[in-house]
Amino acid sequence: MNTAQVTKRGQTMSYSVHEGVLELALDRAPCNEIGSLSLEDLESFSAAMLELEPQLHAVIIHSERKAGFCAGADLRELYNRSRAMEKKAAIRGVRDFLERIHRVLNAIDASALTTIAAVQGVTFGGGLELALACDLIVADKSARFAFPELRLGLIPGFGGIPRLKRDVGNAVVRDLLLTGRSFNATKAQQIGLASQVVAEGEALRAARATAAQVGKFDRQTSAAAKQFIKPVPYDELKKEIDIFCELFERPAVQAGLKKFVESTNAQPYLP
Amino acid sequence: MPTTEKTLDEILDLAAMHFKVPREKLSPDDDFFKALGIDSLQTLDLLTKLENHFHVELPDYELQGVSDFRTLAGKIQARL
Repeated sequence: MNTAQVTKRGQTMSYSVHEGVLELALDRAPCNEIGSLSLEDLESFSAAMLELEPQLHAVIIHSERKAGFCAGADLRELYNRSRAMEKKAAIRGVRDFLERIHRVLNAIDASALTTIAAVQGVTFGGGLELALACDLIVADKSARFAFPELRLGLIPGFGGIPRLKRDVGNAVVRDLLLTGRSFNATKAQQIGLASQVVAEGEALRAARATAAQVGKFDRQTSAAAKQFIKPVPYDELKKEIDIFCELFERPAVQAGLKKFVESTNAQPYLP
Repeated sequence: MPTTEKTLDEILDLAAMHFKVPREKLSPDDDFFKALGIDSLQTLDLLTKLENHFHVELPDYELQGVSDFRTLAGKIQARL
């Protein structure tokens, strides 16, 4: 495939190639919630990333939505679909979805290319998990990070815990997960989650400058270094899916999802 | 350390400027969700703006149930 001609627009995102960099632009209102359509688009992107790999040196994932990078899984779709199914079928559906998204995020995580998440605003749950699969997170000052899943009686399901454990210290992992609190870009940089913090609206520009720098180095050397410094925790990722599915079976989770979906509270994201 | 009144003034100035609401229409005891017309995502944006402005960390759970500018100022003041 000739990279000069690569531009694809899906229903929830689009991707294109610029100067050896594959850029994925998330673009689904209100804040790039990941549902079945997003998953199909992510799978298409993942396949393109693999196919184009010999002609690329970096990947940038960013958002076209001012509200943020990604607010996580589409809980409304999850609730409505699982409610319409028998319990066993719903669990199978959830497991299938998780296994598919894990394949995409594992491909990003293990890619020989240097991957950069350029984030702003809300970077919650599955959005943070997508960013964590990347090698570098460039955050603008509006960025806010959280794993709010425990307030629904769940754990993060898109690989969040194993990747967070890999990348930051225990105190942060426990604080983020067990309190469900959010924190800003400055804190994210202090704890080693974000590699750069830039002014509002500057994350994509900074990510492109970073990608250009990465492109100056020998690709095989970069890939070897990445393999050494960023092992993919496959066993824990598999275990996470099992734990998520066990928790999802509990009635408390359906009650939590119902409460969230039907909430008219002005602060539904706050635990 | 600034006084609570100064902190409150700065919050009102910042909120008015960021959400493009005339400053004179905002009062300390206003419900900021209604006064600013903001949803949950914009509330997080306000929280981030306040943390960046005052150089403090405000855990979400400490702000649960807080909806007026005066109480918000008190929470920030406690961390200055």
